Amino acid sequence: MKNLHEFLISPTQATQQHGPHDRIVMSSRVRLARNVRESSFPGWAKKPERVKILDSILPAVSALPEMADSFAESMDNLTPLDKQILVERHLISREHAAKSVGSGIVLNREESFCVMINEEDHLRMQALRPGFQIREAWNAIDQMDSALEKKLNFAFDNELGYLTACPTNLGTGIRVSAMLHLPGLVLGEQINPIIQSVNKLGLAVRGLYGEGTEALGNVFQVSNQMTLGESETGIVERLEKVLAQIIEHEENARLSLMEKKPKTVYNHIGRAYGILANAHSISSKETMNLLSLLRLGVDLNLFPGAKRALVDELFLTTQPAHLQKQISDKLSAEERDLIRADMVRERLKGVSRPVTK
Amino acid sequence: MICCVCKEKPATVHLTQIVGEKMQKLDLCEDCAKAKGVNDPTSFAMADLMLGLGASQELDPTAGALEIKCPRCGFSQADFKKSGRLGCPECYQTFADGLAGLLKTMHKGTRHIGKTPEALRKSRETGDRLKLLQKKLNKAVETEDFELAAQLRDEIKALSGVVPTKTAR
Repeated sequence: MKNLHEFLISPTQATQQHGPHDRIVMSSRVRLARNVRESSFPGWAKKPERVKILDSILPAVSALPEMADSFAESMDNLTPLDKQILVERHLISREHAAKSVGSGIVLNREESFCVMINEEDHLRMQALRPGFQIREAWNAIDQMDSALEKKLNFAFDNELGYLTACPTNLGTGIRVSAMLHLPGLVLGEQINPIIQSVNKLGLAVRGLYGEGTEALGNVFQVSNQMTLGESETGIVERLEKVLAQIIEHEENARLSLMEKKPKTVYNHIGRAYGILANAHSISSKETMNLLSLLRLGVDLNLFPGAKRALVDELFLTTQPAHLQKQISDKLSAEERDLIRADMVRERLKGVSRPVTK
Repeated sequence: MICCVCKEKPATVHLTQIVGEKMQKLDLCEDCAKAKGVNDPTSFAMADLMLGLGASQELDPTAGALEIKCPRCGFSQADFKKSGRLGCPECYQTFADGLAGLLKTMHKGTRHIGKTPEALRKSRETGDRLKLLQKKLNKAVETEDFELAAQLRDEIKALSGVVPTKTAR
């Protein structure tokens, strides 16, 4: 069995991947839901059936060319800490992290493909790309799906398309999503009307960890909701247009804030820096919200010499499981807050206070 | 906006329900809302409403005996109500009638447009072509254009020979 921690790319490397518009679009993802014929969906199948399905799907996925040198494992072989780290990396869902016997994961070396087996559906395959690259992600996962359909007998109906456990995913089984950092729209108090108009277009806006989570660190996920009656490329193109508009709104919000309320912006960013660089105990939630402001400060050139990647790395390494992984002893939440503050202070030593005009 | 049940009167009652992690929305007129027992939130569940099971029926102890179950996996409407998810791919056929309305409110259309597995692409295209020819044939018979009808019938015969089953489920 491969060691997950040795397999995963380091947070430093992970945050140094670049993509178009990555100031605002942190990452792009396309996932496809697929099921095999003549088997119950994972939520209804009994344990022996789930194990049988996993045993047939896992080797088929691992043998794909995209998955050469992959981490392929049954979920019961992962510790709760391993699973939480995968959630913090956005490689698996929280729902999947709760799974054990009869569910599995296949992750490639570059972390650009991650397949969840027996989550809500038999297969949830995802292509991940840094920055604004939903079209690239779709092309990649489309190719993987075409290769896999030669080995597995997917449940497909001429009228309804790919059959999924939940009727909300029926048809294409596609979810196209982008993770957006929108501090300008939040500070400028324009985020709610934007969310509402995006919702009206039939798209969902969610928090950092997907469904039912809050927008920690001003990070929002925008994705399609409807999957039946619209083609994959139609959905990708529609999302591309909407995302391009959100990017523009965020850029404008930042410009207008700097023009009209520079003091407010400096105040928020200065205080965020002050706390992060000097705190001796800090929660994960507060850290994320303040790091978001620091990231904005880097984008606005208030921290000359500081790299966005440093902020992104802290965004990852200060989260509970990543923090716990660095320490051998089991920590309580309070102890984690102390260590987190030490780590952030240390990493921000090289970053001087914001330069404001 | 018109009521999604009677499709006649304007919708004045708007409902949002979270089932599992999924959000469902319903727009009803006042009469349909009353008829479905929406006024009393304790007796109301959206899955019931969508699958055509009224609150009163649910309380009927004999209802269980009549309940439809998926012949392949044994999944029932009550199970769908609980989880908002189906039991197996075949459930889509078993519960087709009840699901039709739900899909309409949930999605852009009710027919899949987009990727089709390579192996099924041909049969899907043939199925579509057959439907079209059948329509033309009916029209030809109606208009008593028997020459065209005979031609269409032969075409349908030839095509049907290519795919033994029209619906590749």
